[in-house]
This record gives sequence, structure tokens and C-alpha cells, in this order.
Amino acid sequence: MNLFAKFLLELQGVTDLLWRALKGLRKRPRYFPEIIQQLDLIGVGSLGIVLLTGFFTGGVLILQTFPTLKFYGLHMSAGQGVATSLIRELGPVLTALMVAGRVGSAIAAELGSMVVSQQIDAMRALGTSPVRKLVTPRIVALVIALPLLTISADVLGLVGGGIVANWIFGMEVNDYVNSVRNGVAAGDLIGGMIKPLVFGFIIGLIACYKGLSTTGGTVGVGRSTTSAVVTASVVVIISDFFLSKILVSTLSGKVF
Amino acid sequence: MFDHDDTPFEGPETTHVPDVSRITPAVEFRNVDLAFDDSVILDTVSFHLRRGETKIVLGGSGTGKSTIINLILGLLKPDAGEILIDGEEITELDDQELMRVRKKIGMIFQEGALFDSLSVFDNVAYRLAEAKVDADEIEHEVLRMLRFVDLEDAIEKMPAELSGGMRRRVGIARALVGNPTLVLFDEPTAGLDPPTARTICELAIKLRDLEDVSSIFVTHEMNNLEYLCSEYAIVDEKGAVQFVEEGQSLCLINTEVMMLRDGEIIFSGKDEELRQVKDPYIRRFMRGK
Repeated sequence: MNLFAKFLLELQGVTDLLWRALKGLRKRPRYFPEIIQQLDLIGVGSLGIVLLTGFFTGGVLILQTFPTLKFYGLHMSAGQGVATSLIRELGPVLTALMVAGRVGSAIAAELGSMVVSQQIDAMRALGTSPVRKLVTPRIVALVIALPLLTISADVLGLVGGGIVANWIFGMEVNDYVNSVRNGVAAGDLIGGMIKPLVFGFIIGLIACYKGLSTTGGTVGVGRSTTSAVVTASVVVIISDFFLSKILVSTLSGKVF
Repeated sequence: MFDHDDTPFEGPETTHVPDVSRITPAVEFRNVDLAFDDSVILDTVSFHLRRGETKIVLGGSGTGKSTIINLILGLLKPDAGEILIDGEEITELDDQELMRVRKKIGMIFQEGALFDSLSVFDNVAYRLAEAKVDADEIEHEVLRMLRFVDLEDAIEKMPAELSGGMRRRVGIARALVGNPTLVLFDEPTAGLDPPTARTICELAIKLRDLEDVSSIFVTHEMNNLEYLCSEYAIVDEKGAVQFVEEGQSLCLINTEVMMLRDGEIIFSGKDEELRQVKDPYIRRFMRGK
């Protein structure tokens, strides 16, 4: 089978799963306890690494840009640069990549193991739809959790940038806060929230699809897990470009 | 049903009105074909399973035995032909309608297929919990089923703590919740030591003879054939279940053997007939040489 045919088949599989997952939202039974459980695992469980990533990303942004800005006499706008790049791009994308690595792999591995040990078949034999019980709650939890995680990463990134600006470059906290406030517009915040919504959806859908389409025993589980992380990460980065383009076009009059 | 420890067996109620539903086969395959790419899995397979009957499906690896079970459950769709469960054609049903049909079926998987994240109690209770049954009733049912498979002591354990035989027995208890009229066994004794394998067969015999459950028992082990075709279960005066070998007083007519080779049925009949067959493949399969 050539690559294009394989791609089309994968696309068909993902679309079919997407449709069934959406139908799972509409019909009973709805698995609210599973959604809460997944929110805990995905949201609370990922908070530590996401905060750490955000904090040091904000710090390194100031570390790299402050000397150049100072050379041109623009160092009082350092916070603006951090805020804009974090909220528009780095916050959503880096958080999504961290979550794709941590949660996407876990979802694909868990569902893949359930497939090879016939637990998915058992679930269907016992009259439960695996899509409703396993896929829909995970996607819903990711769509809810990723924007919240992104906000946390953005805030910690700004704090990290502030600390580096103050401790290493001696910038006054008030100056930093003012430059951050000057750099953030409503459109940035809206765009920065739309992206993680889409990314959460992408990560959940791809990880669940890869997990449920596992074949080839335990070796297949490893393959699915790797494939889920790689595919989700690449699709997140590609979709980020197109999302940014759309957001720039739609919000340019007001914000950009 | 299933509770033989404290209540004497009362036997089926006698009635003068013929039960028409008993004439309808529990499972019927009509010219079923299935192929994956160029590989033919089932080739015009037709058979039926009567109510209360056990059909032992024999065959080597890759002959299509487990595929038959997956087709009955609707986990696979045939390329051609019809599959009827209690007279209802299921090949055209959607997922939602299949869920209704599956409620009548209990499935026992090769390795048990227990949910790793759930305890024995929660595994057995799964079907009832999904149906939002009252907690007290769930507990009662779970205990009853675990008593049937003699695993009451393992109720709090997680699947990882169970031996292979215990996992199968929990799988059987889980499959029997909801009193299914049809039970499918997919090589339930594979990899088990002979006494544990015997225990699993005894459970299948109890279901057949005491609970009037129809079943399909997929296996490639001749010991299973020996037990299922030569012994039957009765309940003695004290209410205890006894396994008796068929002989002059009783000859088992509710167990048949079907043998597959390369997706085709090469034998269908009683075990006594199977032993008389001259086909070299069948003889080699039975003797192992």
C-alpha cells in the first residue's frame, strides 16, 4: 500500500472515530465520572511539568532578548516581547507538546494494551461502547484541561521572565509589569485560548485513534505510543501555523 | 439460577404447552463467507446451535474458530451470508442494536480479558454497574456469580494478583452476570494446568446441564472434548453438584462437535462419530501424530 493510500485510510479512521466520539456526547449514557477522572489525570497530573516549562521558557526569552533590546534602547519593552510570544505562540504550543508527550503517550499505551489483551472486545461484548466510555471522556477532558494548563504556563512564563529581568538585568518589577500590560491585548488572549482548544482536540483524537488501532501485541503498543506522540506533535505544529494565519486574518483589524 | 449450595435442584418445570421459541436455533450461520485481503477465513460456513446445546468447535490455529465467535458477537461483519441469533439476523444491525443482542450473550475470552484497573468485584459487577442497577442488587449478584465459580475469597483482589485459572473463572463469572442464554468460550483452557482446565470444563458442563444455557466452546485441546462429551452434571439430594460419566443409563445428546480446517467445516456430529472418521487430518489432530 502506498503512502497516500495509507494516509487516506488513516484519515478515514480518524474521521470515523471523531464522528462516533461526537455522537457519544449526544447520547446516553454519558460518562461524567470518567471525564472528572481524566481531568484529574490529564489536568492536575500535567500541571507540574507545564508550570516548569512555562517558567523557564519565560526566563530564557528575557535572557536572550534583553541584551539585544538594550542595545537598541528598547529594553523597557522586554516584558511586551515575552508576553506576546508566550501568549500567542509559545504558551499554547509548548504546553500542547508537553501534554502530547505525557498524556498522548499514556492514552495510546493504555488503549493499545486494552486492545491487545482483548479488554476492548470484552467491553463491547458486555454491551458498552468503548468510544463512549474511553474516547469521548478523554477528548472532553483534554479540551477542557489544555486551555487551563496553557493559562497556567503563560502566567508562570511571565513570572519567570520577570524574575530573570529583575535579578539578572536589574529591571524594575513595575517597569516589567507595565511593559507586559502594554504587550497584551484582548485578541492575544482570545487567540491564545482558541489554540489550546484545538490542540487538546487533536491530541485526544490522535492518541485514542492510535491506541485503538493497535495491532501486533506488545510490540504494537510501543509502536502506537511512539506514533501517537510524533503524529500529535507534528499535527499540533502544522495546525498552529494555519491557526495563527486564520487568527491574524480574523483579529488583525482589532489587535494585530 | 446458579445457586446450588443451599437450595436443592428442582429441575425444569413441566408443561403441556409446547415452547415454540425452543425450536428456533440459538445461533444459525447461513453460507457465511469472510476474507481478509486475499486470505479466506471462512468459506461458506453453515451450521446451527440448538437451545441448551453445546457445540465444541475444534481446529488448529488460524482455522477460523475464534472468528466464528467474533462474528456471533458482531465484532466482525461477514462478507456474505447470514448470522441469526435467536432467529434475528444480526449482520445488518448497527452498533446500538448489536448492544441489545450482546446482552443475551456471555463471552469468555482466552486470557480472561479482565479490566486491569478494576477489582474482581468491579469486573464481575461491570455489566450491572453500566445498567445503573441498585448497589445492593449488584452485590448480591456478584457474590452469587463468584460463588458459582468458587472464587468468593478473591472478591477484593485486582486482576494482577490472580493466577491464570482464577482470571478465567472471574471472566466466566463476569460473562454470566445478567443470565445470558448463550455463552461463548474462546479457548478458555489454553495454557492452564490439567486440573484447572478440568474446573473450567466443569463450569461449562454445569451451565449446559443445570442452567439450560446454549454454548459454543472453541478449543484445540482434546481433553476438553473428552470431558464435555462424556460427562454430565446432576444435583444430588443434598443439593451438591455431581459430575457423572455417560453410560447405559444416559447418553448425552446435547453436545456436538464441529471441526474446521482452512475456514471450512470438515466434520459435524457427535464425538463418537468423530472418533470413527478415517480422514487423516482429523485422525492426526486427535492423536497429535
